Parts: sequence; C-alpha cells; structure tokens
Amino acid sequence: MSVLISVVLLLTAVAGTGVVMTREPVHQAMVLSVLGLVLAILFVVLAAPDVGLSQLVVGAAVLPLMVLLALAKIRAQERR
Amino acid sequence: MTGPLPYLVAGWLSLVGVYGIVTSRNLVHAVVSLSVVQSSTYVLLLTVGYRAGGTAPVFTDIAPGTVVVDPVVQALALTDVVVGATVSALLLALVVQSHKRSGTVDPDELRTLHG
Amino acid sequence: MNRGARSGLFAVAALGMAALLGWAFAAAPAFGAPSHPYGDLAVQTALAGRATANAIASVTFDQRGLDTMGEEFILFAAVLGASVLLRREPDEFADPDDDEGARDRPSPGPSPEMIHLAGYLVLPVVVVVGIYVIAHGHLTPGGGFQGGIVLATALHLLYIAGDYPALRRLRPQRVFEISEASAAAGYVVLGLVGLAVSGAFLYNLLPYGTLGQLASAGTVPLLNVAVGLEVGSAMVLLLAEFLEQTLILRRRPGGGSNGARA
Repeated sequence: MSVLISVVLLLTAVAGTGVVMTREPVHQAMVLSVLGLVLAILFVVLAAPDVGLSQLVVGAAVLPLMVLLALAKIRAQERR
Repeated sequence: MTGPLPYLVAGWLSLVGVYGIVTSRNLVHAVVSLSVVQSSTYVLLLTVGYRAGGTAPVFTDIAPGTVVVDPVVQALALTDVVVGATVSALLLALVVQSHKRSGTVDPDELRTLHG
Repeated sequence: MNRGARSGLFAVAALGMAALLGWAFAAAPAFGAPSHPYGDLAVQTALAGRATANAIASVTFDQRGLDTMGEEFILFAAVLGASVLLRREPDEFADPDDDEGARDRPSPGPSPEMIHLAGYLVLPVVVVVGIYVIAHGHLTPGGGFQGGIVLATALHLLYIAGDYPALRRLRPQRVFEISEASAAAGYVVLGLVGLAVSGAFLYNLLPYGTLGQLASAGTVPLLNVAVGLEVGSAMVLLLAEFLEQTLILRRRPGGGSNGARA
C-alpha cells in the first residue's frame, strides 16, 4: 500500500511540474486535466472517496473547460 | 512507511506553482499555476489526516469501530475543491475582461492604470 | 521591477519558504500516525450521537455547518462576480445566426450521429445519478457539492450531444438564477429555524432516525439538497456566461475597446 501511495505522490509532483512548465495555455489546459485525474487517484488511494469524487468532476472536466473557453474568447477578441 | 515524501510533494507543488505565477508571460497560465498551488493544500490536508491501515470514514457497510482516517480534513478539502475551481473561473473572467480593455494578456505589459 | 529582478527575489524567497516549510514539516506528525483525537471525536459524534453513516457529511453539514455556509457563499459571490465581469456590454450583440462572423466563431465540425444518440441516451441516466448522489450524501460518499456538479455537467451533455441553441432553449438563465439564490437562502433559513427552535444557529432539529436509513441524520439531507441545488445552478450559470461570451456575443464593428469607458 505504501508503494502505491509513493508512486501516486511522485506522479502528482510530476504532473504539477508539467502544468507549470507548459507555457502554451491550450496545452496547459490538457496537462491540467491530467493533474486533476492524478489528484483524484491520489485522494482515493488516501481513503478519501468524497474528496476524490469532487476533484474528479471539477478538476478533470469543469476547470479545463473554462480555461479553454476563456482562451477561445481571447483569441476571438484578438482577431479584431 | 513513505517517510517525508507526502510533505515534500506538498511543499514542492506549492513552490512550483508560485514559480509559475512569478515567471508567467500569460495571465491564463498564471491562473492555472494558482490552481496548482491550491492542489498542494489539498495534498497537505489529506496527508495530515491519513491513518495507516485506515479506510474511508463511511460506515454504511463497515462496523462502527473500524479504523478509519480522519474525516475532519476531508470535509475541509471537499468544499475547498469546488470553491477553488469557482474562484479560478472568476479569475479567468477577470483575465478575459482585462484583455478586452487593454488588448494584451502579458502581465508585464499591464503595468500602469489608465484613467 | 523587471523580470530578472523578480526572478532573483523569487529565488531568495523560495529558499526561505522551503527552509520554513522543512522546519514545520519536521515537527509535524509522521505520515500515517495513529493519533487523531479530533477525528476520533468527530466519528464518535457522527455515529453514536447523530446517526450519520457518512462521517464526512456529518462534519460538513452538522458539526461544522457554519463553515460550509461560508464556503457556499464564496461560491455564490464568485459566480456573481463572473456574471458581472462577463455581462453583455452596450457594444456587444447576440446573434446566433450571424453568418459574416461565422468564419471566426469557434464551431465544432460535423459530429457523427452516434455521439448525438449516445448523449441523448446518457443524459437522463446522469441526471438520475446526480440526484442519487445528492440524496444519499449522508449515507455514501457524495452529497450536495459533488451531486450538484454532476447535475450541472449532465445538462451540458446537451451541448455535446446536440448543439448550443438546443442547450440555450433548455437553460433559461432567469430560472437558474432564482434557483441558486433560493437554495442559498434555504440553507440560511434552515439555520434560522434551528435558531428559533433552540437558540443555536443550524441546530439539528429533525429526529435522528436509525443509522444507515435514508431518513436519518436529521437536517443533513435537507442541507445537502440546498447545497446541491445551489452548486448545480451556480455551475450552470458560470458555464453559461463563458459559453455565451465565446459562442454568441459579438462586438459591433467599429466599436473597438479604448479603455475609456467608466
């Protein structure tokens, strides 16, 4: 069990670093979705299914969607 | 056990997120880095509450008295996740509006307030 | 301060922060330590005192209900702020059938009929799952926050399965604004009823029932429903603002932004 927790924790650190290092915002939204998924897995592994459920819906779907919509709006405004 | 690794990961995520905000050239990138900082607090909260060999504190199918992890920090993290995403959405709306006014999303160019 | 100076300052600050965090974490209990006194008390109260099978729901809505009310209102204020920021301005107009603007409006390509069919079939299932998650929040992992978001994303399956005008027809913003505000007020009203009955705000005044039954845990299911409605409506409104801005609203040509508007 502790090996599993260690592996998922390292994956979380890698995903978080990946989100920050990805400078292009559209790509960053995709990596953010991956971070959301890895965090949900971490929360389930740490025996917190309630928090994992919250994180999965919000972090993997709703937040990247809003980032992409904001980027689309900014791109449409720039074209004027 | 896993030793100090959870605390290290929480600290690393928060510092990397702040690094992302400080060196960002695009305000949307900065907002997403802020959500990385928020996720470091969730990791820290659940790390503090974990009990070795414990299971989820939901007693529908386990007998009262089984070893469970701490439910208080989970209650904190649960509401935090949803509210944090909504506040990030508010920040994104702010970025969209600021781009409408000034034409740029580069924080270095948004230097002075125009009258 | 220019970029180089900012990065240098950050390096110094990060070193200091890392040192302080390391010092704090060295004194923190080891990961997986067996001693959690507050947690044990919370579990004991939830099971023996309040007949709530989901100890997390008991802590969120019963033992620390006031904090959850604060969080709910942070969410309310954030959606209010986003609605104000993304409001329709006088030089923007809504024209879903605008053809000259069609080339620079983001629009999806033609999608296969299977996606439409799958979306329409799955949508009622997801709505039922969302209602189940809200209703059983005091028994299984779930509750108002999670179930509310599941309901909000269920509605947006209509956007994925169909097209945006279909979603627009089924999502009158006025209705969702009213439901969000009334659900937020409903939480406060439940607290005030507890205050009136026994002198403590958010007092758990309904009978506790038996552990594990649907009608147990007093007012926790009612608070779950209030929060579920509020979070679901808030998420729908938030996504509606962003989708309207991106897909529908166009600026009138010639009315460029000059930053001089008050």
